[in-house]
Amino acid sequence: MKNVKSFTMPSRVLHWVMAVMILAMIFIGVFMASTVGSDYYRLVALHRSVGIAILVLAMLRLGNRLHTPPPPLPEDLPPVIKVGAHASHILLYVLMIVLPLVGWGMLSAGGYPIPLWGQSVRLPPILPYDPMLWAELRSAHTLLAFLLFGLVLAHITAALFHGLIRRDGVLRSMLLRASLDPISQESHGD
Amino acid sequence: MATKPLVPSASAVRWLGVIAAPTALALGFLWAGGGLTPHRLTQTSLLDALRAVDGTPPGFRRNHAKGVCVTGWFEGNGNAAGISTASVLQPGRVPVVGRFALAGGMPFQADAPAKVRSMALRLMSPDGQEWRMGINDIPVFPVRTPQEFQDLQLASRPDPASGKPDPARVKAFRAAHPWLRAAGAQITHRPLSSGFSDDTYRSLNSFLFVAKDGAKAAVRLSMVPLQPVTPADAHAGDHDYLFRQLIDDLHAHPLQWRLMVTLAGSGDAIDNPSKEWSRDNRQIDAGTLTLKDIESEENGPCTGITFDPLVLPRGMMPSGDPILQARSAAYMRSFYLRSGERPTAPAVSPEMTVPPANAKDNKS
Ligand code: HEM
Ligand code: HEM
Ligand code: HEM
Repeated sequence: MKNVKSFTMPSRVLHWVMAVMILAMIFIGVFMASTVGSDYYRLVALHRSVGIAILVLAMLRLGNRLHTPPPPLPEDLPPVIKVGAHASHILLYVLMIVLPLVGWGMLSAGGYPIPLWGQSVRLPPILPYDPMLWAELRSAHTLLAFLLFGLVLAHITAALFHGLIRRDGVLRSMLLRASLDPISQESHGD
Repeated sequence: MATKPLVPSASAVRWLGVIAAPTALALGFLWAGGGLTPHRLTQTSLLDALRAVDGTPPGFRRNHAKGVCVTGWFEGNGNAAGISTASVLQPGRVPVVGRFALAGGMPFQADAPAKVRSMALRLMSPDGQEWRMGINDIPVFPVRTPQEFQDLQLASRPDPASGKPDPARVKAFRAAHPWLRAAGAQITHRPLSSGFSDDTYRSLNSFLFVAKDGAKAAVRLSMVPLQPVTPADAHAGDHDYLFRQLIDDLHAHPLQWRLMVTLAGSGDAIDNPSKEWSRDNRQIDAGTLTLKDIESEENGPCTGITFDPLVLPRGMMPSGDPILQARSAAYMRSFYLRSGERPTAPAVSPEMTVPPANAKDNKS
């Protein structure tokens, strides 16, 4: 198991920075969409800016991923599981890019101005003004965000399963400082 | 290398470790979405309260449902440029798309003198900065917070038996909110003008104007008609007389309003739209609105716009008024829902808004 190599440092940093941002965004999203309280305006403004930041980081990450292939999964994993893991990662990439594009696109179609970081930058519309399309994309934004959340939950469960039950080095391959991690140290003892 | 079984045996604590984080996240998600707090005030609960009063004809605004589109321009005069850097307030013309409407979610309600009338505007500066507003012809708002708005809506929902609000419920709301009594009286006893054209519309909510040096000034806005004001008269039996009158007026000549910016005085409540401001505050005449053309909502230019009061240009900011936040959230939800529905023909039909010259052409 010790021969499972780690992800490169840039891959790991991108993974964890984006994991925090994406989870935060999902929570901000569902919270703001069900609140009319005094933080609504600020949360929506934050949501737009962080969402666009995720889009930029996801493109960088995709480039990085295509440039430096990830370490292979343990050989003793059944092929079905490997294919499933691979497919879920592809879907995660797709959603990390599509979800912010849908957010941007829906506000464009709805005729809303799209300011970022206060009023300092204004994004141009990426879709023509079309209220019917706005309604469809607004539904799609919710649906895709919920799908992403479900996928992230499954992903985290799988990662912890690797780390705590199988102890096969897969979790360690993504941790920032593997040597300081008690779980992976334990797994050396296997 | 020994091959491990896919699921090696492990202690219950380890399994708990696998399950704990995703479970905590799922619960957090449920909480954030309001799933664990059924009484939370949300976009849905506000729109449900409006629906309890008015029903929901598909495709129409969930409030201010009966309306008509107008277009024209706004010409700033620079008088307010000292307190806000907004480009619309500099001297110069910007195009306007607007809407006149009656408050209430019933798109086919009958016009009547005492029904609340509204003006909504979107001002588009050449630099891309946009200013939207929705303003009403009452002196103050009947409530102070979104919760009170929802409670008032629910208290005034029609009783299924009589079709009228239950007076006992309305009375109970009033008794529980003595601080709203003054606002209620001011709204009931406001002077009524004859129609949309000679009415004064007010922002009710406060905003912050931001000057070049960053100084913020709390303001309220109003649109004061340049047309002579005549008192309301009775129009029994004419279901759409207010809109017909507006259409006739606009076909005869452009209509104009002056944008008045009122600055808060030291004793004025900035974050409470149910409280009137002192009458001797400084006022700035910031420019003139001219409306020239009128069109039905059916394919009209205002239909696909939500006049969200928090779409503000650089140089303006929301005040701490809690109603503003709730409006922004509820308008987006209403705009989303109605845009996905197929509306029936609006009360003010395209036939009604055809200019007289064209009307003759059409007949020939
Ligand atoms: C990875 C990026 C993003 C995630 C995970 C995300 C997630 C969410 C979620 C979970 C919701 C609540 C949906 C609901 O409960 O109906 C939401 C709503 C929303 N999102 Fe996003 N979003 C992202 C990017 C964006 C971007 C880039 C924009 C705009 C530029 C945007 C604009 C909005 C808006 C306007 C709403 C509706 C708010 C309301 O209904 O009051 N989102 N988002
Ligand atoms: C929003 C949250 C998350 C997203 C969107 C996400 C996304 C991804 C993606 C796309 C990969 C594939 C590798 C790559 O190309 O970067 C990956 C790998 C991985 N993630 Fe996450 N992740 C998230 C959260 C987490 C969390 C919380 C954990 C730990 C509990 C975790 C553990 C792992 C591990 C161990 C791998 C390596 C799997 C392998 O070797 O193939 N992830 N993640
Ligand atoms: C919490 C309080 C309020 C709620 C929940 C509320 C709700 C709504 C909703 C749902 C719409 C329909 C939006 C659309 O579909 O585009 C609307 C329209 C409107 N509201 Fe409010 N509103 C509130 C307070 C106010 C206040 C204080 C004013 C005036 C100062 C106001 C003026 C208007 C106007 C003028 C429109 C019509 C805009 C148009 O013609 O398109 N509202 N309101």
